[in-house]
Amino acid sequence: MSPLFGRRRSASSAKERLQLVLIHDRTDLTPAELDILKDDLIATISRHVEIEPSAVEIRVAQEGRSQRLVADIPLRSNARRRTH
Amino acid sequence: MTAKVVTITSGKGGVGKTTAVANIAVALASRGQKVVCIDGDIGLRNLDVVMGLENRIVYDLVDVVEGRCRLRQAMIHDKRLPELYLIPAAQTRDKSAVSPSDMVRLCDELRPECDWILIDSPAGIERGFRNAIAPADKVLVMTNPEVSAVRDADRVVGLLDAEEKGPASLIINRLNPAMVKRGDMLSVEDVLDLLAIELIGIVPEDENVLVASNRGTPLALDGKSRAGQAFQNIARRLMGESVPFLDLETHNLLQRIFAGRK
Ligand SMILES: Nc1ncnc2c1ncn2[C@@H]1O[C@H](COP(=O)(O)OP(=O)(O)OP(=O)(O)O)[C@@H](O)[C@H]1O
Ligand SMILES: [Mg+2]
Repeated sequence: MSPLFGRRRSASSAKERLQLVLIHDRTDLTPAELDILKDDLIATISRHVEIEPSAVEIRVAQEGRSQRLVADIPLRSNARRRTH
Repeated sequence: MTAKVVTITSGKGGVGKTTAVANIAVALASRGQKVVCIDGDIGLRNLDVVMGLENRIVYDLVDVVEGRCRLRQAMIHDKRLPELYLIPAAQTRDKSAVSPSDMVRLCDELRPECDWILIDSPAGIERGFRNAIAPADKVLVMTNPEVSAVRDADRVVGLLDAEEKGPASLIINRLNPAMVKRGDMLSVEDVLDLLAIELIGIVPEDENVLVASNRGTPLALDGKSRAGQAFQNIARRLMGESVPFLDLETHNLLQRIFAGRK
């Protein structure tokens, strides 16, 4: 059996690392800045609708050479809030 | 004739630009094209030695730009082929001796006289790079299947788009099929996924490249080595032919089957 069996091959780490690096190089958006943006977004949206902050998902998606900011923000059911 | 100006650049240094310019030029010229190469790496002249023309230099690019000689006088004829010429870089000057508009003017003067003008860009994204891409109709970005080279290539592709010199085409150089196969080198598909640009050539890692540069006789002159063949294919694609990419994996597999039979 290969002594490397079960170890992650280096080419796939290279690709994953490059995917992240290129997003930041192309957009000037670091992971830390993305977190701040996420907090801002949650605060702003919460002023209008009720959301579950821990369920909010924000990521940079790629389409060819362009990137797009994709946010998935599940809304809380309003059944509870609006009955009275 | 109206030449097409093709610049080869990379961001990262040492990925094989000069080797590629010499070989693609030889390949085009051996197909009956009239080709002029310009060494854009002022201060770090190299294309002359890779082509084996270093002993014939009288005038250089900066002499032309500063009016000390006529364009024709700076063109060294490579006698191994009917219509291959080199305009060498100046060795004792720096990149600021030439401006992007000088390069545009010089290429405009050359355009009616040849089929192809190939420009060897220096590494980096500064003045020398700007000079090299200013007159380009087509830019080829070269990379190696390696993290920092791909990252720098991406930066250059972005800059070319911003300068409206895109879309660039990609050459992946020094691919080692055995390493790709065992998962220790980025594959052609990986690099294309990451950079998302069109591919124009895959050149394998090949010891013959060094042997050829020791001698000053570009590989593509005989065209038997794998790398020489890959450069011939790039030349054909530039000329509009649709040439299938070398199947490096298959080649490797065949080699193993034959080796196993011994
Ligand atoms: N396909 C290949 N196989 C093996 N060696 C190669 C290959 N391509 C280039 N090389 C070697 O890599 C080295 C660098 O090549 P080259 O000078 O062409 O790079 P460059 O991009 O022009 O460098 P610079 O950025 O300094 O101008 C040389 O020693 C060359 O022989
Ligand atoms: Mg070089």
